Amino acid sequence: MDEAVKPALRVGLFVTCLVDLMRPSVGFAAVKLLEEAGCKVVVPSQTCCGQPAYNSGDRATAQAIARQTMAAFEDCDAVVAPSGSCAGMLAKHYPELFADEPDMAVKANAFAAKCHELVSFLFDRLGVRKVSARYDGAVAYHDSCSGLRELGVMSQPRKLLASVEGLRLVEMNEADVCCGFGGTFAVKYGELSDAIVRQKSANVAASGADTLLAGDLGCLMNMAGKMQREGRAVKVRHVAEVLAGMTNDPPIGEAATGAKR
Amino acid sequence: MTIAVTTPRFKDNVHEALHDERLQGALLHASNFIGRRSTAVDRLPEFDALRDSARAIKDHTLAHLDLYLEAYERKVAEAGGQVHYARTSAEAVDIVLGLCKERGAKAVTKGKSMISEEIGLNAALEGAGVEAIETDLGEYIIQLRGEAPSHIIAPAIHVTKADVEADFRRAHRDLPPDRDLSQPEQLLGEARGILRNKFLTADIGITGANFLVAETGTSIIVTNEGNGDLTQILPKVHVVVASIEKLVPTLSDVAQILRVLARSATGQDMSVYTTLSTGPRRPGDPDGPEEYHVILLDNGRSAMLGGDFEDMLRCIRCGACMNHCPVYHAVGGHAYGWVYPGPMGAVLTPSLIGVAEGGQLPNASTFCGRCEQVCPMRIPLPKMMRHWREREFERHLSPATVRSGLAFWAFFAKRPALYRFATNLGMRALNLAGRARGRFSWLPFAGGWTRYRDMTAPQGPTFQSQWRAKSGAVR
Repeated sequence: MDEAVKPALRVGLFVTCLVDLMRPSVGFAAVKLLEEAGCKVVVPSQTCCGQPAYNSGDRATAQAIARQTMAAFEDCDAVVAPSGSCAGMLAKHYPELFADEPDMAVKANAFAAKCHELVSFLFDRLGVRKVSARYDGAVAYHDSCSGLRELGVMSQPRKLLASVEGLRLVEMNEADVCCGFGGTFAVKYGELSDAIVRQKSANVAASGADTLLAGDLGCLMNMAGKMQREGRAVKVRHVAEVLAGMTNDPPIGEAATGAKR
Repeated sequence: MTIAVTTPRFKDNVHEALHDERLQGALLHASNFIGRRSTAVDRLPEFDALRDSARAIKDHTLAHLDLYLEAYERKVAEAGGQVHYARTSAEAVDIVLGLCKERGAKAVTKGKSMISEEIGLNAALEGAGVEAIETDLGEYIIQLRGEAPSHIIAPAIHVTKADVEADFRRAHRDLPPDRDLSQPEQLLGEARGILRNKFLTADIGITGANFLVAETGTSIIVTNEGNGDLTQILPKVHVVVASIEKLVPTLSDVAQILRVLARSATGQDMSVYTTLSTGPRRPGDPDGPEEYHVILLDNGRSAMLGGDFEDMLRCIRCGACMNHCPVYHAVGGHAYGWVYPGPMGAVLTPSLIGVAEGGQLPNASTFCGRCEQVCPMRIPLPKMMRHWREREFERHLSPATVRSGLAFWAFFAKRPALYRFATNLGMRALNLAGRARGRFSWLPFAGGWTRYRDMTAPQGPTFQSQWRAKSGAVR
């Protein structure tokens, strides 16, 4: 680890609604990675970043949720989310939400400046260059759109994955093309979303990878759900699980094989 | 006289497009543009700096559009041409028909022009008994097929070579039926032979414009086939139809924007032809039209100035956004249901035909952001699509199911304690129901999802409840 790390940086985990509800193990993996990097992790009471409202045109609700989130994380030095999409909302779109309210805009900008996506935070801010984890498999990494294009998350997860023992990284075609999730888009335009994720599934299969990773649970659930419907035997996980060496839980959408945990 | 709008039926259009095997085969070619653009951009280190400069040029022009329009009009007049202003499609069409009628025109050749599509010019000309001949190969093909363009720079991208052969055999009945049309060169040769005659006999040539230059009164077209030049030089009358946002101050500004245009569009450093027209033939000129007219179309654009959608007026119609759009790749251009497809169409269509009719398009986006990433004019397309969603929401145009679902969710999302309690219960229940398989192939209220893919079952208690239990015990 880098010696420049400040001791006990107080990091608020914005766990994201999907991880909170669907896959808490990703949250615990994030906590482990942050604590191993020397952070003090706190989890303020939270709900959602507000994207469902924001992207549906309901600006007032998005603003209300944004105020609530900013207040909840007020005493944190940094806010970290295991999602490029939610981190992008906090870091790029909260300021836009309050662009017309000078007082709030100042707060939103200050808040935005301390918000980060998990893997890029570890790599870029904390100087983490390797992890102590083992994963036996050929792994394809999907670049989720917001992380990639709003926050520049691309090389960091790949570099950290390269330090995982036993892991072989393979690049699939069109890794940087959308999986078709798009939040409510996946349901509102289900057929269109399906056409896009089918292409993604074909690219994953063609890569020969036995495991698919990404940094956003929404995209992962979409891709896992499609590949499972198509009967493809690809294990799907959040990148944090593999980086933290926490892969005891079954992959996304799979049942536990042995006894109940 | 505008073309039929099927945008409100977008979802049906999508369904049809996805089940059209021929179309799906043709659409595979749409991704060819991606590699070409990226190679061209990689060869030009100053590409991003040029984008900034191009954006600044257009922003400046739009901020002073009134002045530049007046300056442009003066310069056109000085060069012996005439500017006509059209507030609407109908006015623009009337001006063209008037010019045709006054000159007794029987046949009109046309260079490729999206404005001509926007105003429905071909149908109007045919209705007035004037033969309109598209001379861009792609446009010629779709004209034979009675279709609209499905891409703003590759209008026939949805058509296969076999389709073109069949269309030519059907349309060109005077040619020997046993001729070989199996190679693209043969198709091209046949079209060229037919169009050559049309160029020589047309009474009027109509083109669009990629740029209008205020400094000189020049209109500029950027083409690859040379058809535009023959269209505007051979007939006695050259008519330019262009929208008002095509203005730029100077020729030097054009030179800058040209450096990003072709690279973004086809990956060429420059298009094959960049043709400048300034007024009609001057005394001593060996050729050129005797009359030069410019029809400047507003059709809703001036209403975009100074508002949330002004940035869209920077668009130079390169097509990069649609070339990089997963939605466009899946369904092609016709599904969008009006003239402009892809991300630029998703923003522009509601501006020009209204959000009530065009509102589906800005909703049908994953906000993946690839369009904005490649836009040479740095137009924030996803942000403007979101603006449209906000307009819809404010005007209660979004579907009732969406609004009530959102309100239900928001009620909990704004009450963290209640949210934690309710979601923890809900996730435990869902976990019990789905634990055996780890996923669901059907879930109530989630048909839009489970119809196409499985739904992951939650792991059990929520993260927040587990964290609190742990913190209470240990921390």
